Amino acid sequence: MRYGYYPGCSLERSAAAYHQSAMAVVQTLGIDLVEIDDWNCCGATEYFSINLLPAYALVARNLALAQDQGISNQLVAPCSACFLNLTKTDRYMMESSKLAADVNEALAAGGLHYTPGTVRVRHLLEVIVNDVGYDAVAARVSKPLTGLRVAAYYGCLIVRPGYGGIFDDPEHPTALDKLMRVLGAEVVDFPLRAQCCGGHMTQISQEVAFEMIRRLLKNAADYEADVIVTVCPMCQLNLDAYQPNVNQFFGTDYTIPVLYFTQLMGLAFGASPIELGIGKEFVDARPALDKIGVALPLTEAPRRPERPKEALPMPRMEEE
Amino acid sequence: MTATAIAARAPTFLEEVIARTPGESHLERCIQCGTCGGSCPSGADMEHTPRGLFALINAGLRELVLRSNAPWYCVSCYYCTVRCPQQIHITDVMYTLKRMAIDEGYYTESTARDAPEFSKTFIDFVESNGRSFELGLATAYHLRHRPLNAVGMVPMAVGMLRRGRMDLVPTRIKGIKQLQAILKRAKELGGAK
Repeated sequence: MRYGYYPGCSLERSAAAYHQSAMAVVQTLGIDLVEIDDWNCCGATEYFSINLLPAYALVARNLALAQDQGISNQLVAPCSACFLNLTKTDRYMMESSKLAADVNEALAAGGLHYTPGTVRVRHLLEVIVNDVGYDAVAARVSKPLTGLRVAAYYGCLIVRPGYGGIFDDPEHPTALDKLMRVLGAEVVDFPLRAQCCGGHMTQISQEVAFEMIRRLLKNAADYEADVIVTVCPMCQLNLDAYQPNVNQFFGTDYTIPVLYFTQLMGLAFGASPIELGIGKEFVDARPALDKIGVALPLTEAPRRPERPKEALPMPRMEEE
Repeated sequence: MTATAIAARAPTFLEEVIARTPGESHLERCIQCGTCGGSCPSGADMEHTPRGLFALINAGLRELVLRSNAPWYCVSCYYCTVRCPQQIHITDVMYTLKRMAIDEGYYTESTARDAPEFSKTFIDFVESNGRSFELGLATAYHLRHRPLNAVGMVPMAVGMLRRGRMDLVPTRIKGIKQLQAILKRAKELGGAK
């Protein structure tokens, strides 16, 4: 199975672990993901707020490249925001001939043209669940995640609003739950599974963003999840990197690691945590990995021991 | 009213918002049921819920609508959109209101006045490189607009760098000239819209 691949900016760096683990997993599953040459940013949630036509043109350049490079008529996006923007642009260009004409006039300035409906954009989870299937995934499991309590977190854009077609229930999705069960994990009830992580609100209003993150962490903690599993780099960043800030803000002490679904798949397939980019989280994943007998070597040099609290603020010599 | 009579008068605010929203927004169908506000994860912090905002749009209260922080506090989660019994494309309408607020200069008075600056800074990096650049974005945005918060953001930024999760320099695509030509043409075409 061969597909075009649109990693998106996050997977280049902040979510490199997602890219790394996705590559490991698709190789095991016999999926060939070929990266679109010279793709550009999808504009995230920012460009549509500023200027409509350039926002569509920005996304459409990627669709045109995918169409012209002839890798496949299917394009896989692992980031939910990229997935949304790509499917949204294709859908609205199909619905509105005026928009399609305007976008194509803009693309023509760069020698490109996109025929709406040519490229079918799909999320990585959906491809694994529908094209590979649960049975084929189960057949690859060599180290089942027995005893690991997982909160399957979908976030918004993979299930809503469904510009690329409805693949799971927009409010009560189950695909990721089933996939995690196939890996041997115990999937906890997680009523907020499709609620928003706050997106870019951490940059706009911390009060608003932190409350949204707190609700999700509390919900996962209430159901005693060992780990939250995500399908989106924005969700991972908000729940993981801001978890210490949220704790500080509300006086809470959540320590729930947040991993990508591809990382848990990789572990169940027997890959090492390092191969899967595990260890780049802010919230330590080791207590969760201990439960399934996976040891994560320390990647950083051990820090200097903390000074006792009662110590006087005196400089001290390093011991030779 | 005949078609000529409709064409003769100036469009209402509602008609303007509908015209500037791509596809069929169905905004005129709102029955004020409030499902949108009840579904909104950031609704409690909005000066107006989406339902309230749509009532104001219908009443033609342009300034009040475009000064509201509500569109800027929309997190694009699409809960309201999938729940709306009238199939109104609420998230898209919120994007339209953001663009109108910027065009008419109202957003500067909103409590969410930093939001458009964040979007613009993000887009500046995309327009010059073809890719987003988190460190540049964080530095430019926080230092320019929220210097006090910038201090609080430092541990997080350092954590990102230490874990290899943030680049020190932006990545530029090969076809940046091509992309810029496309965006320039799109801006000329999009002009008033």
